[in-house]
Amino acid sequence: MRGYRAGMTLSSTSAPALPAGGAQPFTDAEVAAVRAEFPILARTVRAGRPLVYLDSGATSQKPRAVLDAERAFYERHNAAVHRGAHQLAEEATDAYEAARAAVAAFVGAAADELVFTKNATEGLNLVAHAFSSATAYRRLGTAEADDRFVLRPGDEVVVTEMEHHANLVPWQELCRRTGATLRWLGVTDDGHLDLADLDRVLTPRTRVLAVTHVSNVLGTITPVAELAAAAHRVGALLVLDACQSVPHLPVHLPGLGVDLAAFSGHKMLGPSGVGLLWGRAEVLDAMPAFLTGGSMIETVRMEGSTYAPAPQKFEAGVPMAAQAVGLHAAVDHLSALGEGGTGMARVEAHERALVARLLAGLAELPWVRVLGPAGTAERGAVVSFVVEDVHAHDVGQVLDDDGIAVRVGHHCAWPLHRRFGVAATTRVSFGPYNTTGEVDAVLAGLHRVRAVFA
Amino acid sequence: MDLYAELILEHAKRPQGAGLREPFDAEVHHVNPTCGDEVTLRVDLDGDTVRDVSYDALGCSISRASASVLHGLVVGREVPTGLAVQAAMRTMLTSRGTDAGDEDVLGDGIALAGVSRYPARVKCALLPWMAFTDALGRSAASGTPSDVDYGGPTIR
Ligand SMILES: Cc1ncc(COP(=O)(O)O)c(C=O)c1O
Repeated sequence: MRGYRAGMTLSSTSAPALPAGGAQPFTDAEVAAVRAEFPILARTVRAGRPLVYLDSGATSQKPRAVLDAERAFYERHNAAVHRGAHQLAEEATDAYEAARAAVAAFVGAAADELVFTKNATEGLNLVAHAFSSATAYRRLGTAEADDRFVLRPGDEVVVTEMEHHANLVPWQELCRRTGATLRWLGVTDDGHLDLADLDRVLTPRTRVLAVTHVSNVLGTITPVAELAAAAHRVGALLVLDACQSVPHLPVHLPGLGVDLAAFSGHKMLGPSGVGLLWGRAEVLDAMPAFLTGGSMIETVRMEGSTYAPAPQKFEAGVPMAAQAVGLHAAVDHLSALGEGGTGMARVEAHERALVARLLAGLAELPWVRVLGPAGTAERGAVVSFVVEDVHAHDVGQVLDDDGIAVRVGHHCAWPLHRRFGVAATTRVSFGPYNTTGEVDAVLAGLHRVRAVFA
Repeated sequence: MDLYAELILEHAKRPQGAGLREPFDAEVHHVNPTCGDEVTLRVDLDGDTVRDVSYDALGCSISRASASVLHGLVVGREVPTGLAVQAAMRTMLTSRGTDAGDEDVLGDGIALAGVSRYPARVKCALLPWMAFTDALGRSAASGTPSDVDYGGPTIR
């Protein structure tokens, strides 16, 4: 097992000072070696500026190993996975299933508990649709439905005010399809979930609590174990958005106490077009299929069909085999960034050091307001801020002119921005390849922003 | 950087005609969903003349400057002239750097020409202009929603 730190998900009162086993940030030489594996980092942008890529929260860059793995798959093994019995079909299927096993091991899970999806958004929609399908089956009496997924009048779906739209809108839609009521946990001024609200919001009517592991805006690491226990006490399922945790921290999904978790391959050095939904086997078994068609069936007759067990049940159609193979290379690459496969502990330590340096630098600028927790202990690899009297678009544009790529806008978390009374923020987010020099570049860039607009 | 011409920064810092005023014939609210920029804009017509355009623009320097430029270009003009200026502005902004704009038509607005090279920012500059044509359409139909399709952002 890789370096899983049991205390990682504890509530805000725990203060982990150092990551697992005292893992250290990458040295300058190490980070140079990491960077050398990412061809895109060598290019220049705008007027010949070296690229400073600080938008890994949106999508990460890809190491050569990932690009090579995809190419090798197409050059040597390409065939439709799980279809046909010729040699290439066998090899492609093996490569695809090996990828599932590798990604599963990366998050401490069993391979048959991991479903390949297009991205996290699809995984979260898959789960939301499981509820509405089960509800419809029950109401119409057309199929068996597990009680946990059946929404009755008056039932409630709970989310939080810090969710990415991907973990909010599908639940709003679920409520529209079923008549269930959407409720949410608020966010405190310092960027934590308002747990004082927990007992008021979670009730025996709650069927599901959908929450992010790490906020893609505030960086806040949420107390997942505590939330899962609270959800289970009222008989609700906990669905975790792990998009911003799995790429940046050692995460052991089954150890978190959650029922289902979604994340995206493209944010963890993998290709676009592949994501994952993890679920406890027994929960996946209880869930109705989402997309239907080829590859997910057991038997098909004109009158009706039966479906394969999970994960196949949720993988209709020819899957994204090359992307899965690329993601296999990505998780291998991440694990290998530390001795004995402890890469993620190094990544966490490295990114935490970058966050600390950035927060310290921003604290020196009285005209910058940082959103989210003040300390680094409860933060993932993102920092969002507002520059007084300058719109985020303008901040981003001036930084872009220096070759610095940051995200500006509401980062698909509009209600959260409304909660903090801002239309848009500037977000710096890190990957394993970022350097302290890049943090300094962004700080220097902000002085230029002030000079242009003040 | 050709985006932030002095004139644009000047308009953004000291926008002309900012604020919402009475009376008005129509009010619209447009949003740029990619970044959350918002503009509330009112038109006040006197027959076929644009007597006033008042607005509250919550957004980046480009969208605020664009609203200020719009105010300067259309207030006191005939509606068809206002629409022609809008069309010229739209053509310039969506030209990907190939249309520098006609100063006789666009006045200070040609300072926004640089925006057309930054596809992500074109919407910012267009926002008040789309709101303007929408408001004209609504006022013509005496306050009921316009059936004129300007291809602008949807109203929320
Ligand atoms: C916290 C969070 N949830 C969900 C998503 C959606 O991921 P994707 O667009 O890859 O489905 C993202 C990233 O955009 C995210 O940061």
